[in-house]
Amino acid sequence: MSSSTDWPLWEVFVRSRRGLSHTHAGSLHAPDAEMALRNARDLYTRRSEGVSIWVVPSTAVTASSPDEKDSFFEPAADKPYRHPTFYEIPDGVKHL
Amino acid sequence: MNAALALGDDALVLSHRLGEWAGHAPVLEEEVALANIALDLLGQARVLLSLAGDEDELAYLREERAFRNLQLVEQPNGDFAHTIVRQLYFSVYQHLLYERLAAGDGAFAPLAAKAVKEVAYHRDHAEQWVLRLGDGTEESHRRTQAGLDALWRFTGEMFQPVEGLDGPDSGVDREELRTTWLTAVTETVERATLNLPTGPQSGGWAAGAGRQGLHTEPFGRMIAEMQHLHRSHPGASW
Amino acid sequence: MAAVTADQTTQKTLGTVDAGRTADAEADRVAAFDATVAADERIEPRDWMPDAYRATLIRQMAQHAHSEIIGMQPEANWITRAPSLRRKAILMAKVQDEAGHGMYLYSAAETLGASRDELLDKLHAGRQRYSSIFNYPTLTWADVGAIGWLVDGAAITNQVPLCRCSYGPYARAMVRICKEESFHQRQGYELLLALSRGTEAQHAMAQDAVNRWWWPSLMMFGPPDDASSHSEQSMAWKIKRHSNDELRRRFVDICVPQAEALGLELPDPDIRWNEELGRHEFGAIDWSEFQEVLKGNGPCNEQRITQRRRAHEEGAWVREAAAAYAAKHAPKPSPSAPPAAAPASSPASASASDQPSARTAASARHVEETA
Repeated sequence: MSSSTDWPLWEVFVRSRRGLSHTHAGSLHAPDAEMALRNARDLYTRRSEGVSIWVVPSTAVTASSPDEKDSFFEPAADKPYRHPTFYEIPDGVKHL
Repeated sequence: MNAALALGDDALVLSHRLGEWAGHAPVLEEEVALANIALDLLGQARVLLSLAGDEDELAYLREERAFRNLQLVEQPNGDFAHTIVRQLYFSVYQHLLYERLAAGDGAFAPLAAKAVKEVAYHRDHAEQWVLRLGDGTEESHRRTQAGLDALWRFTGEMFQPVEGLDGPDSGVDREELRTTWLTAVTETVERATLNLPTGPQSGGWAAGAGRQGLHTEPFGRMIAEMQHLHRSHPGASW
Repeated sequence: MAAVTADQTTQKTLGTVDAGRTADAEADRVAAFDATVAADERIEPRDWMPDAYRATLIRQMAQHAHSEIIGMQPEANWITRAPSLRRKAILMAKVQDEAGHGMYLYSAAETLGASRDELLDKLHAGRQRYSSIFNYPTLTWADVGAIGWLVDGAAITNQVPLCRCSYGPYARAMVRICKEESFHQRQGYELLLALSRGTEAQHAMAQDAVNRWWWPSLMMFGPPDDASSHSEQSMAWKIKRHSNDELRRRFVDICVPQAEALGLELPDPDIRWNEELGRHEFGAIDWSEFQEVLKGNGPCNEQRITQRRRAHEEGAWVREAAAAYAAKHAPKPSPSAPPAAAPASSPASASASDQPSARTAASARHVEETA
């Protein structure tokens, strides 16, 4: 039932306070970017949840496919040497 | 006292009119936007009325002739374009007025300094919508032009001095306010491919009427609805 | 939506190529889905999921969203008559929240490819339901309090477990909603308390409202377990965490002492504490009334849907105007150059998005330190 007058969907990212990244808050409909920002302000920050907002057309997001999750993410799982806990340091050695 | 009532009643009455949109807005996003504006205005009204007395006594127990709001803000919602034009006319005025009050040394400076941020957003909301409605479809253009025309004659009242507000320290010069308002509104209206009406900004006897307690017929019904429950239980607390 | 279709297409295409491999892949997918649910992890939009799971979720999220939107009406009925400015501000904020909650839930449903317009069309055509409770009228100011205390109370009892629902976007929407709704119930209770302790007329108004809203609130938990058609599967899928009767009993246990503190009576002479069971017993619910309201014969079914439809139809020219303006003023597509206002670093990390991409980008916008 979608027609040309249906407003597109936008993804909303909100920075909750200075020093933190923008995180995904949800989505909303708006006819254009300016209105999307305003709608996001009204909907997602009406309880002082944010100091900064990004809106991005949902169609602009390219997402990884769950079918590829093994090849995308599993190869990272067997490389424990990337984590500091992999290494044994004698007791008493400091600042390392 | 008179000035607090004038500013407070403007905010109270416009908030009430916007509250009438709840459940009727053209799209869910506007339900939230209109309610935000109504809540800002109600908050301003409560502070202002409290300066003049008890907020609920003033809101609920005054007769129609004792209200000091502009006739513009009491006008019924009409369609969405009509409401948006009312918002444009009023919020540009309120924004400019509060900017000036905030910069002055008058009694309302602290309150205006806080409210001016809210009002800037109301103005932006109205301007954004006037652009979209004016330069949208043929129908939206026609409806918005009709709103501009119908409400024009209520705009002159905004530039009548208000007793207790327009003193030398207030920062408010009504003629300067009118010129600045006209420039700002003209710019938005023209960008929206609409025309600002050229007729008189107030009817023959109506200039400043709302501020004197002379209102239009729909206002009586509006406050009848607003006050009936409170008045039905004299002395009760809620 | 695009990717959902793509996933399904992939399945079908594979089927024609290599039936054996497909059967294996299908089994793997089911196993992965079952394992995720069993491990109490969340299913996310682009994961494979059984068609029936998807359909159940869309139906439930849509019904939930519709309930928020229709639920604005009975309370908005009193905004213009609220008896104090404080109460008026509270009520406006609450009705506004309901619009917002509807939007969160429609967004959650959109992650499964059901667009909001499509769902609204179904609501307007009477093909999807909303909670029957909103087909009762708000006759007095006290009804606003009763809705907050009882209706929102029942809703919260239902919704808190949904924060752990197996479907990620639904669970996240519910976390947000529950957080915001915590004031809804309290304001209702406080409103009733003021009436109950007020004048005789106010007290009577409050009691009358509780009398009228109590039984419909109990019905909000749905039919008894032995008559509930969807419950068992939803529990297995962890969309639902507790049975209808279990939640209903929990609600009664919560309400009894609250009513006492209010100084109001619950209109059920059979309510009594059962020491042995460690819970309250209560009277039989008139399910024929529930069925009638469900069928469309409640006091306000017609009125609610007519108002919703009218708002939508009368708003059509506004939505069209904004869309027409956006089309006229759309920035010229220039795939090589980023839009001027785009943020320096891309916000759209793959994991953040629930909405897969199909078309090319329009411009993004950002705002720093707004209002």
